[in-house]
Amino acid sequence: MARARVYVTLKKSVFDPQGKTIHDALTSLGYSGITDVRQGKFFEVALEGVSGDQARQTVEEIARKVLANPVIESYRVEVE
Amino acid sequence: MKVGVVVFPGSNCDHDAYHAVKHVCGQEARFVWHKDADLSSLDAIILPGGFSYGDYLRTGAIARFSAVMGAVKAFAAQGGPVLGICNGFQILQEAGMLPGAMLRNRTVKFLSQPVHIRVERDDTIATAGVPVGTVLTMPIAHGEGNFFLPDPELDRLEANGQVVFRYVDPSGRLDDAANANGSARAIAGVCNPGRNVVGLMPHPERAAEGELGSADGRRIFEALTLSLVRA
Repeated sequence: MARARVYVTLKKSVFDPQGKTIHDALTSLGYSGITDVRQGKFFEVALEGVSGDQARQTVEEIARKVLANPVIESYRVEVE
Repeated sequence: MKVGVVVFPGSNCDHDAYHAVKHVCGQEARFVWHKDADLSSLDAIILPGGFSYGDYLRTGAIARFSAVMGAVKAFAAQGGPVLGICNGFQILQEAGMLPGAMLRNRTVKFLSQPVHIRVERDDTIATAGVPVGTVLTMPIAHGEGNFFLPDPELDRLEANGQVVFRYVDPSGRLDDAANANGSARAIAGVCNPGRNVVGLMPHPERAAEGELGSADGRRIFEALTLSLVRA
């Protein structure tokens, strides 16, 4: 049994209209000093019968093929 | 000629596309269920607009794994004409059949409004017989239509002549205000290198008859017919 967390975010070079809108809202609420907000997606994946490297390999593949669109997004996988 | 209109769970422009092909253009048409991988007897495929699989994860991200998409890929690889409209365009991008990806509209709003698009190429299955520079009026209806590719890839796309439509003002000029969703280089539609797969965000099927406010969309469906006659 393994649990993995996958963080999918727009690449740094890609404009994030939602993050920008949230940033603007925070500024108008009076939160000064916030220089950037980026919005992304978070997935928790539970796997049975695998652990460690094998789980990581599977989840990396899922992230690359399905969870993220490599044209605009990058991802990070954590396995425990 | 017989046109297949693919129906995914969540497609909502399938009947409009079917109507435009069959009743407006007088061509044969049939629906193709997303679990059906048999496209034999079909001469062209339309992936209609809507919210396939609820657009969960990303627009078009789940639909690309449906059974029919393997068949659509093989159909296109043999030169078969494939037209993706709105969500259909997004599915073709997710499937790697068309370049680019759609970001959220720059306004972060769902945009439902008429737009003007300029035809940039007349050698694709969606623009055959429509002169370059023609301005067509039809509606957009999407939340994610902000076409994105990194600059070097945009340059390559332009060099290959794969930009088929751009958002313009009514006179056909590029104008930032006319590019409502904020698409890179005002791109509204692109094609594959073979020119037989075309995707566009505006809805020609919603502007195929005068009663709908514009009949310009009809020209896209007529082009599809014409491209088959030539092929």
